[in-house]
Amino acid sequence: MNLNSLTIDAARSAVQDRKVTATTLAEEFYTEIQKDDPRIGAYLILSKDRALEQAGRMDQLVSRGEKLPPLGGVPIGIKDVLTTRGVRTTAGSKILGNYIPPCDCTAVSRLEAAGAVFLGKTNCDEFAMGSSNENSAWHPVRNPRDPSRVPGGSSGGSAAAVAADMAVVALGSDTGGSIRQPASFCGVVGLMPTYGRVSRYGLVAFASSLDHIGPITKTVKDAAIVLRTIAGHDSMDSTSADLPVPDYVAELEKPVQGLKIGVAKEYLGEGLDREVRYAVEAAIQKLESLGCKIVEISLPHTKYAIPTYYIVATAEASSNLARFDGVRYGYRARDARTLSEMYRRTRDEGFGAEVKRRIMLGTYALSAGYYDAYYLKAQKVRTLIARDFEEAFSKVDAIVTPTCPTAAFKLGEKAENPLAMYLADIYTVTADLAGIPGISIPCGQTRENLPIGLQILGRHFDEATVLRVAHAYEQAVAPSA
Amino acid sequence: MRVTAKDVSYVADLANLELSDEERQRMVRDLNSILDYVDLLNELDTSSVQAMAQVSDRYGVDRSDQRSDRFAYAIREDIKEGLRKSLPHDVALQNAPESDGTFFKVPKVIDR
Repeated sequence: MNLNSLTIDAARSAVQDRKVTATTLAEEFYTEIQKDDPRIGAYLILSKDRALEQAGRMDQLVSRGEKLPPLGGVPIGIKDVLTTRGVRTTAGSKILGNYIPPCDCTAVSRLEAAGAVFLGKTNCDEFAMGSSNENSAWHPVRNPRDPSRVPGGSSGGSAAAVAADMAVVALGSDTGGSIRQPASFCGVVGLMPTYGRVSRYGLVAFASSLDHIGPITKTVKDAAIVLRTIAGHDSMDSTSADLPVPDYVAELEKPVQGLKIGVAKEYLGEGLDREVRYAVEAAIQKLESLGCKIVEISLPHTKYAIPTYYIVATAEASSNLARFDGVRYGYRARDARTLSEMYRRTRDEGFGAEVKRRIMLGTYALSAGYYDAYYLKAQKVRTLIARDFEEAFSKVDAIVTPTCPTAAFKLGEKAENPLAMYLADIYTVTADLAGIPGISIPCGQTRENLPIGLQILGRHFDEATVLRVAHAYEQAVAPSA
Repeated sequence: MRVTAKDVSYVADLANLELSDEERQRMVRDLNSILDYVDLLNELDTSSVQAMAQVSDRYGVDRSDQRSDRFAYAIREDIKEGLRKSLPHDVALQNAPESDGTFFKVPKVIDR
């Protein structure tokens, strides 16, 4: 079976119509992984027993003449920050190197309940902290389009696996752009839902007020299918929204004529690569030709988003990562004489450089004498950034921006300069801070054949409009259209 | 320089990190470079702006400046009866680096 550009519906129909068994399909993906992944590094852990067991269940359904569930037989990858019962979950960190979770993340159990075949855990930056996947404690991921370049981060393994046909879809997580930025760099679709739309239960926490789980897929429709499956209230996460989940797939077909699309000058200014700008401007024209009304808007606090984010996120991380102390799970340093020595050496040996840097920055920002100047200040500016979007969404239905200021950069290019790396997230952190949904979809490529991403942002809980605009654009530029 | 080697030692203590000499030097440099950038926030007068710690802070229903009731779910009553079961004892100990089957074992807490 040709795995190239295989979508959820194509994979499911192939199994349903007995063109291929779910078991054979899973085996074919494992063959592909065996062949290609040594070069890419997208997977950390394969869960073959579990995948084949699930595939067998789907094959039985088919042989009994029953209808497959929406993701029946569809092979998926799971970012390694999402817990999987009985399957090692490391969060890309040495400190969780041998951790075997006692429970499944809600998003994972919902996908499996819908028939998905879980192939394995995808590589990521340690604790999802990074924009290049170079902070994985295990090995970096290479961009399938150009192996000298990064796939983006932190969900770099998920994006690379989908781009290189080593999974039909994958789950990622987004705290400052970690779904959308790697999707942009690898030329695939990445959706960050509204804060609270998808339960965070089973997500290894980085910054709890900013963490989101969402899909990385080849098409907008696949993103809609996965979101429909994983969205909705979960009693295990009190911040998950108790709101009805629309049929995102049905909503895709609604017309986009007359929708007001905002374009913010702050996202098209200094620091934006010229080729990225041209591609995004062309995409805006395309949306206009589809009947959308383009409206100039301003999001004046955009330039304050990165400093705000790096205070809020690191402060929350310093608190969340305090639990890694070598007592209940994970790595423990050997031969410590006292408890306090054991804590320190465990954390020293278990965490990588970027994680330590963020714990230090966050602890500093929360420490006596600095709390008001840094943490409280950043929380107030977060309000201003949220207000910018409230203002904008009183005039427009969606906002279109570049996902990233540049296409994928080279491995090692920003590794020595944390601040330069942080600035790769300049267009994505704003949505995390405000809690609004956003998607990145491919919108052309550079002369060096590197993918460029278009970001579409929407109102709280209005993923339907975001997906609808993305789908309309995707269909309009599709080769067959 | 606002963050000194002494500050790094103090914060490393708070965070239960040891850090090598080399890591400490690099931390001084990196924290100063990041915090210089964070200074940008001081351009803004935020004296009359409310802090936003959570998305539901700003969009919850119990606020006088509410914009939306869509985050109402974030506030709930305390559950007094019928709590869900906690992890079974043996499962909770399964990932322990060291255990005697009943408790997590740790090195001496007080050094005499």
